[in-house]
Amino acid sequence: MRILFFVSLAIFALVAPFLFYPIFLMKILCMALFASAFNLLLGYAGLLSFGHAAFFGTAGYVTAHALTSWNVGFELGLLVGIISAVLLGLAFGLIAVRRMGIYFAMITLALAQMAYFIYLQAPFTGGEDGIQKVPRGELMGLIDLSDNINFYYVVLGICVLGFLAMYRIVYSPFGQVLRSIGQNPDRAVSLGYNIANYKLGVFVLSAAFSGLAGALSVIVFGLASLGGASWHLSGEVILMTLVGGAGTILGPIVGAAIIVTLQSSLAESGQWVMFVQGAIFVLIVMAFRKGIVGESLDPHSNVRKALKNIKRNPTDKKAVSAVEGATTGTTAVGGDN
Amino acid sequence: MNDPLLDVQNLTARYGESQVVHDASFHVNQGEVVTLIGRNGAGKTTTLRAIMGVLRTREGSIRFGGNDISSLSSDQIARRGIGYVPEERGIFSSLTVKENLMLPPVVSDKAMPLDEIYSLFPNIQERLSSQGTNLSGGEQQMLAMARILRTGAHFLLLDEPTEGLAPIIIDAIADVIKVLKARGTTILLVEQNSRFASQLADRHYVFQDGTIVKEFTNQEVLDNPTQVERYLSVEVVQEEEGSDA
Amino acid sequence: MLDVFDVSIQMVMGQVAIGLINGSFYALLSLGLAIIFGLLNIVNFAHGALYMLGAFVGWMLLHYLGIGYWLALILVPLLVGMLGIIMERFLIRKLYDVDHIYGLLLTFGIALMIQALFLNIFGVSGQRYPVPEILKGTLNLSFMYLPIYRGWVIVASAIVCLSTWYLIERTKLGSYLRAATENPELVQAFGIRVPILITLTYGAGVALAAFAGMMAAPVYQVSPVMGVDIVIIVFAIVVIGGMGSISGAIVAGFGLGVVEGLTRVFYPEASSVVIFVVMAIVLLVRPSGLFGKAA
Repeated sequence: MRILFFVSLAIFALVAPFLFYPIFLMKILCMALFASAFNLLLGYAGLLSFGHAAFFGTAGYVTAHALTSWNVGFELGLLVGIISAVLLGLAFGLIAVRRMGIYFAMITLALAQMAYFIYLQAPFTGGEDGIQKVPRGELMGLIDLSDNINFYYVVLGICVLGFLAMYRIVYSPFGQVLRSIGQNPDRAVSLGYNIANYKLGVFVLSAAFSGLAGALSVIVFGLASLGGASWHLSGEVILMTLVGGAGTILGPIVGAAIIVTLQSSLAESGQWVMFVQGAIFVLIVMAFRKGIVGESLDPHSNVRKALKNIKRNPTDKKAVSAVEGATTGTTAVGGDN
Repeated sequence: MNDPLLDVQNLTARYGESQVVHDASFHVNQGEVVTLIGRNGAGKTTTLRAIMGVLRTREGSIRFGGNDISSLSSDQIARRGIGYVPEERGIFSSLTVKENLMLPPVVSDKAMPLDEIYSLFPNIQERLSSQGTNLSGGEQQMLAMARILRTGAHFLLLDEPTEGLAPIIIDAIADVIKVLKARGTTILLVEQNSRFASQLADRHYVFQDGTIVKEFTNQEVLDNPTQVERYLSVEVVQEEEGSDA
Repeated sequence: MLDVFDVSIQMVMGQVAIGLINGSFYALLSLGLAIIFGLLNIVNFAHGALYMLGAFVGWMLLHYLGIGYWLALILVPLLVGMLGIIMERFLIRKLYDVDHIYGLLLTFGIALMIQALFLNIFGVSGQRYPVPEILKGTLNLSFMYLPIYRGWVIVASAIVCLSTWYLIERTKLGSYLRAATENPELVQAFGIRVPILITLTYGAGVALAAFAGMMAAPVYQVSPVMGVDIVIIVFAIVVIGGMGSISGAIVAGFGLGVVEGLTRVFYPEASSVVIFVVMAIVLLVRPSGLFGKAA
């Protein structure tokens, strides 16, 4: 059953550029990668960051700058972008992981806004105009990436590798410690884990993958702009993850596809996009907190209540056992590790 | 005094998935002092919280003054004249002693006037402008009781008033309860200290593993204290602890 | 004439005055946010949008109903406060049993909806709101010229902030609020209708935001985007002051407004980010904020 699902998904992914506009598909892929990176933090470690666009945007700017002003190749450009996101993630993380929950969200928001204002003024970002005419280049000097279809397959490949890497992280020993921290920090401490280090670690990893998404995105559109670092984008990635389902592997991908599609269909109608996004936020938070994938996969609604109780009160044994019983992440993909 | 003031039948109470109280039935008559005795975790505090409406995952019948109160919110229950002094006392750190004292609203015309409160609790009058939690444990317990008396509640739920307190304070609390009893206040007392309880109570219900296993009159307890004490986990230790003063 | 680091004293005082004005709005907004956070434990992301709504309702009262500034100053907080009460009663209240993150996300969604609505109707550009007659003109203080309306803003905000502080810290109603912040369950068991207290408190916090918006209308342009940037700055200020601390919010609000103003004199490029930098430093040195209780 699951094999059938993945095979059909793969086939669809391979033929898609002949059915849909490749740039549109690439945008979905980049956003899906971004949302998955965000989900590492929210869905598994239980940390809500409200400033993730800072990593997306920073990597975008650095990559764009590298490709236009320093004339480096495609691969190196991506790499430089990722590194910049990692460094920023380290800096923000050191400040932010000292607090949890609500505070963490507000602090990340404020730090990201600080970055935004710096980018607004800094000459190298081109301010309101952004960095334009970012070249596609060639993959390993062989494949011409300015062809949209070629580039689509490259982006697809990179994103799939990204999803697989994140999947491996979630189910690795590191990932298991992470999830236990998300569920019951006190117990993790008593077992000898340095929580702050793990939180910092996942924060930096999340920043790295967000940076990859941002760098790719800039090359797809040939433009690095302020929008990539704005609070609005930070809010959008939260929306995507929630709509799809936090704490599931497929959730962010589904959510990204939905939100990006929604945006294109409403693109002509001006600010109604923002209105609809706000309305979806309200709807999801009030009624569908598990998101589409989460709701359709988890038969126990106790999971939802339990997860919330845990984040508020990590020593609630009842809630922990309810969550451990329900196995959020594993059911989504169906794999058991 | 035919119908009990408080009549609890088949009370079942849960925290989340685990049931803490099963099928407890007891009653308290007007003017009585009745204790719920038992170990930690036996379900006594849960029972008080269920009666007060603070814990809402419960079934069974709870009747006060002949009326079913189980569907009322806790503030409505308080305004019916039930006063709650929780185990942790609940003195607010961001309020002064005076503010703590005046916080609960008056619920009847039998409210104890302030000068009478000050004469019963002179320590409080001295410390009115201190922050609530700057008081010692014993003083906080007194404050917790005083503020309920000020409201005029005629039925008190007292949860382990003597826990962790020095013998002198325990005696002082016993004196206050005697005064209240003389005034006709009905009291449901949760205690692990059966010697303290037997100074004051008319009847005792023994709680074990969430249900009532025995009922004793006070005379029975006075005649043979050990029959109650074997239901408690620890011998009365308050005499040895010289903790708060 | 005194010179401070090559800059005239007049320029410094001028920026301090502007800083105090900005600080007035920061303080009013932080205060509302802190009150709401203290009792409800949610971060009201809609605060910025409600500030903007306050300004717009004031503008609409003038533009469509001819209702002037002084009456609007009373009506606007009442009207928007009522909207806040409706929001709490029907939406926010349902989220008290789940992770408080959802409160943040709900109010974020509401903020988006309000902002989008006004962007659609009015576009990005701002509407002008005239300074009321009595407050027009400038005062000549010897070291600077101060527009009277701006002086009014500082004085009125200080009065409102101090009155609110007094109400919370020194009155019986305030004691209800403080006690309910510590232990709402027990306060309700005493006979106080805590759910109503919560609803009214949220309404009051929202009314403060709307009041700030109304005061801001003659100073800044009334624009649909006036709320969003300021709310993020106010978040930083509340973190600096200490979440839920009333005095922290007021002191940090005015203080950081002045800091921002002074930065504009000596290092203008940094003025838009200095508050965030201060926040980062405070977090590294004293994570619970200047006035906050240690977590």
